[in-house]
Parts: sequence; structure tokens; C-alpha cells
Amino acid sequence: MSSLPLISTAAVSRPIAIAVPDWSTPDFKRLSLFATPKLAGVTSASRLEVRPSPQMVSSGVREIDTLTGGLPRGCLTEVCGPASSGRASILLAALAAATQRQEVCALVDISDSFNPLSAAAAGVDFERLLWVRCGVRLQKSGSPQRHPSTLLREGSDTKKKENAHRQIEKPVEQALRVTDLLLQSGGFGLVIIDLGDTPLKMARRIPLTSWFRFQRAVEHTGTVLFVISQVPCAQTCASLLLKVSGKKLSAFSCQLSQETPTHAQLLDGLQIQGELLRSRLERKPVGSVTTAFTTKVRTG
Amino acid sequence: MPFACIFVPDFPVESLVRVEPELRSQSLAVLEGKAPLQKVFAMDENARRAGVSPGMSKLQIEACAGIVFRARSLSQEAAAHATLLDCAQSFSPRVEDLDCDTILLDLAGLQPLFGPLPKIARALARRASDLGLKTSVAVAGNPDTAALAARGFSGVTVIPEGKEAEQLGSLAVEVLFGNLAQDSVQLLETFSRWGIRKLRDLAALPDVALSERVGQAGIHLQKLARGATSRTLVPVEPALVFEEVIELEYPLVLLEPLAFLLGRLLEQLCARLEARALATQELRLDLELQNGYQSDESAEPAFSPSSHGRFSRTLRIPVPLLDWRTFLKLLQLDLKAHPPGAPIVKIRLAVEPVRPRAAQSGLFLPPTPEPEKLELTLARIAGIVGDDKVGSLELLDTYRPEGFRMRRFAPSEPQGLKPFYKSTVNAGLKPCSTVDARNSNARNSNARNSNARNLNTQKLDAQNIDVQNRDVQNRDVQNIDAHCDLVTALRIFRPPVDVTVTIQDGRPARITCPKRKEMQGEILWAAGPWRSSGDWWEQEGWARDEWDIAVQGETGIALYRLVRDRIGGRWILEGSYD
Repeated sequence: MSSLPLISTAAVSRPIAIAVPDWSTPDFKRLSLFATPKLAGVTSASRLEVRPSPQMVSSGVREIDTLTGGLPRGCLTEVCGPASSGRASILLAALAAATQRQEVCALVDISDSFNPLSAAAAGVDFERLLWVRCGVRLQKSGSPQRHPSTLLREGSDTKKKENAHRQIEKPVEQALRVTDLLLQSGGFGLVIIDLGDTPLKMARRIPLTSWFRFQRAVEHTGTVLFVISQVPCAQTCASLLLKVSGKKLSAFSCQLSQETPTHAQLLDGLQIQGELLRSRLERKPVGSVTTAFTTKVRTG
Repeated sequence: MPFACIFVPDFPVESLVRVEPELRSQSLAVLEGKAPLQKVFAMDENARRAGVSPGMSKLQIEACAGIVFRARSLSQEAAAHATLLDCAQSFSPRVEDLDCDTILLDLAGLQPLFGPLPKIARALARRASDLGLKTSVAVAGNPDTAALAARGFSGVTVIPEGKEAEQLGSLAVEVLFGNLAQDSVQLLETFSRWGIRKLRDLAALPDVALSERVGQAGIHLQKLARGATSRTLVPVEPALVFEEVIELEYPLVLLEPLAFLLGRLLEQLCARLEARALATQELRLDLELQNGYQSDESAEPAFSPSSHGRFSRTLRIPVPLLDWRTFLKLLQLDLKAHPPGAPIVKIRLAVEPVRPRAAQSGLFLPPTPEPEKLELTLARIAGIVGDDKVGSLELLDTYRPEGFRMRRFAPSEPQGLKPFYKSTVNAGLKPCSTVDARNSNARNSNARNSNARNLNTQKLDAQNIDVQNRDVQNRDVQNIDAHCDLVTALRIFRPPVDVTVTIQDGRPARITCPKRKEMQGEILWAAGPWRSSGDWWEQEGWARDEWDIAVQGETGIALYRLVRDRIGGRWILEGSYD
């Protein structure tokens, strides 16, 4: 195949005039970098809208409010820590603060470990608290399928399959579905997911897409999504991540004299240390900031 | 004074077509009696043109092509009659129940409200049509003329005052006889022999001669024909019963067609409630099951070949609602969770009427879930976790462990800001203010700088909140005064964890738990025991010793509550302090 010549022979004989801009003319100055035409679809970074800071509400713990500024509305906040590190105490304080603000709250209790007496001592208003207790559903005595051939069933699914499916539905799966329903319903001031006693391997199996979906669901709403867990589960979806640990437990010591009888001992409370691991609410990155507070044992 | 009359022609047919609108385009005949002696009781215009007449047997009708049969349903006729009353009472409070298919209304004083009389008549017809009934409406100066015109003329008729005799003259004499009583039949035959076919003929007869031959009954009929009667309405105050019934031709076994029928019934009920400016917060569903099946939540199934089984469900909603789609969804979720377990042959749906709620959200009150959405959400959550696993708490007056019960979640409306509510404000304004929503009188304020959120009836007292090491200029923080100490929470293990405890010198030294190895270990510290007991006068008394223990675990020291059941003798871990 022959290729076309790049320059025709007729054009070569004629001189080609090339316009060379005069650097000193005002026209060139107009073509300076400061007058670069805007590219279509690209907005200058300086014109990007500043996302407004979320409204902060009290967590019920003065030290945490001082550390983090409170709990952000429309965001996911996570508090993680081992057993006896004060997580449930913070949960109750947040519930008490929210119900005292007359907000409707929901607690998705995966392990069914919520203690009403502790909640009453903390000042939680039960009228405004929806408690969802996940777990294995108890079947009624006797099968609901009295006469399999005359059942009222929906579509082509049999009742047996549905019951079998419910029996093996794990609490974590129930909790994810319930949380979806609560967030879609809207109107809740505080939604808490309690993963405190959930085994680690089950908690880690919650897909990141679920956390992302929850975070998107509460965005631009007034709902505070609060997660209690042993280890960070929501990862980057959490706008606020607080780690708590139990400091030297007050009122007892391993070196306590054995002569002191047990009936003379008393658990006063817990000493808790909180560390702010992540906060997306500030422009400048936040370094590791800690705070400490104590809890008191109070009988309901 | 103007009066209106609503008349439903072929009322037994219309009552059936109201719940099965697809029958309106077909030729429908209503049969009465027991098989095989069923006879035609009523028919629509299409069937009449096809040659069906009252009294024909079923075998005779079957020779006519395209005729659809339905058995007469007294319950549906009652429901249609109640619907007609609701329709009339949505316009006028003075309503007379003349017959099951005829309602009279007093329109006095309604023209400034609804417009001129022809407009009111058209609105009546339209409202009845929306409720599923095809009606004839007539307006006249006296109730009897209006009733005759509604029965005689189809569509909407307005008879001007003074023109009654002229307008009624073209009607047949049969229209005077609403019920075919024996004396009415004799009078009709007499008029027929005299050649009296139209009302104008009857009106033209001489009064004296007529009374001599047929008595006062004839005079009364002549006055009716002339439109010269005058009487007052006998108002009716029917009981507010909102109930819809439908009997099925064949048993239903699937939820989808049942939901379709329930939706139709709910739509009718909600329309009737709306006509009376009412709402409901209780639905009662009664299903009649196929012969021989008894479905009861509390009893085992019993076979009874001679009786119909019954299945009842009652839905109670905390707030009055009027959205039939929400009711339908709630019923669907409930039936899915509690299926009747047998084919359905009859459906009865009733609602309890209540005043609708007049809720107006405050501008400065925290948002709450919408009642309709909340009910659906709760029903869906109950379908996931169980009815007894979702709701709000109620503490019982007992020291027994787990002394609480679950109840229906019904949050109360927020009452306004509490007096100890504190808030900081945006940058540029003086921080903090204490808002007392209960103080409606303006007080002398010490505030030098006014807050952009000043309410008209409240003053703000400046109060500084010490915030350490935080920049709060662009942030609103609502702080409850956390003057109460943080309470140590106890997480409960449900069910409690059985453990084996090694006692040393009278105190627990070690716990062993094969199922939860993370909880076993050496007990570093113990406090207790605290002894408690109760309900010893009941059959289920309890007695226990409680210990607070610290156990060295893998991740650190964990605090538990250890309990010894003194009656059963077992050791359990009741919960952990967290």
C-alpha cells in the first residue's frame, strides 16, 4: 500500500507562512496563565462548596463531649473496646441524654444484653426507647401448619421453608435488616447498634457495604448512628471513632490484703480511658487525644 | 325548603357490583332461595334486556347466554345501605332512611356551603359513584316529590318549586307503589282498569269521586301525583357501624388474592370514614374458614364437619389513621406472621371509628417518626425478630430478676424544651443561653447581645460554658447538664451462663465455663455475697447470693456478677459490668 506524502509537491514550492505571536503585544498578555479558559465540567478547587459541619449533640458524658464536641448528627459514631471498658455505660449515657432531649431512640440489641435496671438508674426514658432484641426466634408450641394442603401462603413459597429460614437467621443478619428498616423509617434521634457481646468473627463478617449503606442512610438526616463494638467494624464509614479501655479498676487491687473479707469489699465503679482515634469533623487531622472519666455503681 | 332523594335502582345488584366492579360490564342476575329452587330476585339492565325477569328459575336463565349469577347477600346489602347513609350524611345532618335503597336529605341551609341545588345534586351522585353505587338523585320542594322523581327519572333531576305536577306527570303510576303490598296491588289493578297509566291522569281525576271509590288512600296517592304533599323528615341516627363483608364463590388459599379483596374492603371503609370526618385505630378481621377447619391461636385444630371455622385478628394502632394502604400493609404483615391455616370462604372487616388526631408539630420540637411509617416499621421488625422482641420497656414492681415486660411502642409527643437545656450558638454571638420554654412572659434580660434565635416570648440569659481545647465557632452543641455521675452499666447474659466455681476459704477463687472460655479464669477480686430473695409466698419463689468478681481474661480484667441460686444450687454468670 502506498502512503500519501505528508507534504504535497505543489505545496513545497510555495513558502509557508507561519504566524509567530509577538510576545510584547497586549494580545499575548491576555493569553497568560491567569486568563486560562475554564475547562468544561471542571470546577476550580477554590469554588468547591464547603460541607457544613454537622450538628453536635451531647453524648451524656462531659469528658467525651469535651474530647469530641459531642456526637455528630447524620454521621456514624463508633465506640470500641474490650469487656468492662465502659462501653455499655457510655451507651446508657447517650440514651439518657437523647431521651431527655425528647428524641425517639432505637436500640438494636444483637446479644439481647440490655439491662433495664441500669438504664433506669442512668435516667433513660423508656417511653421513647424502642428496644429490638435480636436472637433466635422461639417457635410456638405446635407447628402453625395444621393442614399443609390448605395453607394460606404467599406466592409459591411454602410456610415450612419460611419457618426454617427464620430459625437459622442469625442475630447479626436480623440486626442489619432491622437497622435498615429503622433508618429508612426516619424520625429517630439516636439509633444504637450494640455489637458489644457479638463474637469477633461474626462482627468482622459484617460487610463494609452495609456500613456504607447505613452511613448514607443517615447522611443529611438528624439521626445519630451509634455503634458499640469490641473492635472497629465500620472502618472508614465512621466519622468518629472512640476507643475505650478500663484503667486500673477503682476500689480494688490485685495486691489487696487477703485479710479483708469479701463482704467488706465494694465495687465503686470503673475508671475509663477514652482515646479519640478518628474524627472527620475537623479540618486539621486530629492527633491521638485521650480523656479519662469514672463511672459509679448505682442500684436502680 | 328543598329536599333531595338518592335512589339506588336494582339495589341488590348494586350491592354486589360495589364489591365486584368488574360485574358492571356484564349481565348480572341475583338469585334467591336454596338450590335447586333458586329464583331470580333482581337483575341489572343488561340482563333485563336479555330477557331475564323476576321469578325466573335458574334453569330458565341458563338458556340465556352471557348471564352471570350471584346469590343474594343480605350482609352486602346492609353494607351498601350503610354506605348510602354515610354518603348522605356527608352532605346534610338531617337524613331520613326511607328504604334500603332510598335516602332523603334536607338541603336547607346547604346552598351557601355547597352551591346551587343542581350542583349539590351532581355532587351527591358523584360521591355515591365514588363509593361504588350507581344512583339517581332528585331535588324538589317536598320530600315525597323528590322520592318519586328519583325513582322515576334516572340521573340527576331538579324540579323547580311549583312545577311538581308538570314534571311528575310523565311518570308511570307504578312509581307510586314502592313496595308491592296486597292493597297496593289492588289499587294498581283498579287504576289499570280505569285506564290510568300516568301520574298526570291520576292528578286530573276529581277528588270527591276518587275518594268515594278508593278511599283516603287514593286521595293520598293523588296528592303525591300532584306533588302537593308536605311533611317533615323523620331524621335517622344510625349506629356508627363500619363493617364490610364479602362472601366468596370459591375458597381462597393464597395471600395475594386475599390482599386484593382486603384492599378493596379497606378502601370502602376508609371512604366511609372520611365521609363522616372520622378515622380509626382498631381493625377487626374475621375470616370464615372452609367447613371442618377450626383455626384458633390458642387451641389445637379441631375438625367439625357441620360448622364453619373462624379466624379472627385484631390490629390496634396507637394513633388514629385513615390511609387504607397502611392498613392493608399491616394486615398483610400480620397475616404473614399468623396465617389462618385453612381456606377462606367469607371475609368480614370492621373498624372502630374515632375522632381523627389533630397533630401539629412544633417548630422547635425534636422530630419524631411518622405514625404511619412507624407502625409499618414495627410490623416489619416484628416479622423479623418476633412480636415479643420489639417494643418499649415497662419495669414491674418487683425485685425479681428480669422484672420487666415488653409493651407496644407508642412514643408520646414531645412537650417542649426542658428548663435545664443549654445550648451554645454560632460564632459571632455570645455563647450559651438557657431557654425556658414554659415562661411565656417576657422577663428583664441581662443579655447584652441578642441571639439570632430569640423567640418572641422568651429571653435568653447569657451563661458561659467552659469548653476546653475545642474550637466551637462553627458548631452548635446541645449539652445536657451532665451533673449526674456516669452510671456503671451491667450487661445481662440472656440466658445466664452456667459456670463451675471453685470455693477457697469461703470465697470464690476460680470459675470454669466450658462453653465460654473467655469468661473462665482465676478470680482476682470478689465482693459479696449479697443475699436476696422474694416471692416465697408464690409458687416460683427465688433466693440468690450475688458476688461482684474480677476475672483475668485474655484481653484484660473483666468484671462480672456471679450469682448462686440457693434454691437450685447452681452458679451462673448473670452479666458483666461494662
